Amino acid sequence: MEIIDANTAMLSNFEVLGLLNSSRVKGDQTRNQSGSLATITYEAIKYLEGTPAALQSEGCFKKFLEDVKKFGLTIKEKTMILNLRPKTDVEISLIVQSTDQERLTEEQIEELIELIQNTLPE
Amino acid sequence: MFVLALVKQTVRVPSEKFNRDIDQAISEELNLKFANKVVLDVGLCIALWDIIKRGESFILPGDGGHHTKVEFRYVVFRPFMEQILVGRIKNCDKESVQVSLGFFEDIFISSENLQKNSRFDETEHLWIWEYQTEDGKHDLFMDTGEEIRFKVVAEYFIDTTPSGPSNEAPDSSLDPIKDNKRLSYRINASINESGLGLLSWWAS
Repeated sequence: MEIIDANTAMLSNFEVLGLLNSSRVKGDQTRNQSGSLATITYEAIKYLEGTPAALQSEGCFKKFLEDVKKFGLTIKEKTMILNLRPKTDVEISLIVQSTDQERLTEEQIEELIELIQNTLPE
Repeated sequence: MFVLALVKQTVRVPSEKFNRDIDQAISEELNLKFANKVVLDVGLCIALWDIIKRGESFILPGDGGHHTKVEFRYVVFRPFMEQILVGRIKNCDKESVQVSLGFFEDIFISSENLQKNSRFDETEHLWIWEYQTEDGKHDLFMDTGEEIRFKVVAEYFIDTTPSGPSNEAPDSSLDPIKDNKRLSYRINASINESGLGLLSWWAS
């Protein structure tokens, strides 16, 4: 086995949940006698269905990524917002790393919370 | 918290699967091999994402199956440093709080990474955060099963493949407690920041 790249891309919970619920994994699962795929997909789906990802759709996913561009967030920050769907400014300040100078003003944080509430279902 | 890992590997497809579509057969073999396993320095493998490249298949003397070199992408659980995640408290003990995500349970918040002014209650067997307000101290309990938000601060991979006999005394290597500590992939987390900790603490 040769690991070419241990991290070629980051996935959001929504994308992983979509894969695990898709027929290509389900088909392998029924034929997989060892059951390890069935176990991990069952447990991961159970966890992911308790997260905001369970309610997201491709439409709101794309709309959010389009609208959030103006805030200049990194991919990691955007992934965390999609996975956690923060509601308060305390949560935003945990996700968006502030260095010496504040990256988001208070108004921008409020605008971001409003954007999350409008695009991502609760 | 999930990433795609690009891996190159020769896969053996047994002859009873020759009647199947080759990509489907290979994908089954890959899921059989990797699902729910920890790969050193990669993470916990979940499921196959896609096959990128498939080479020619070879049949070797004395073996009914065919061997094919493939490049594929696999979904792997590997949170990045400083990532914020939500899980449930699985267990509390004197040194740490263990958090579970259901499919992964080797996440530990050591006592120094808990909120400041936390203490361990021996009788209840849980950690308590003594939250200071103007009208005195409030005890916030960290009950098992509660949802907790935490930050990933460190990760450890240990090669757990059996090696030769160790030099230690034989009875100590059979100690089950010590064996349990050899986790192939372990995450250390922290809740020592405002906004982190039980979700109920920050709900209002």
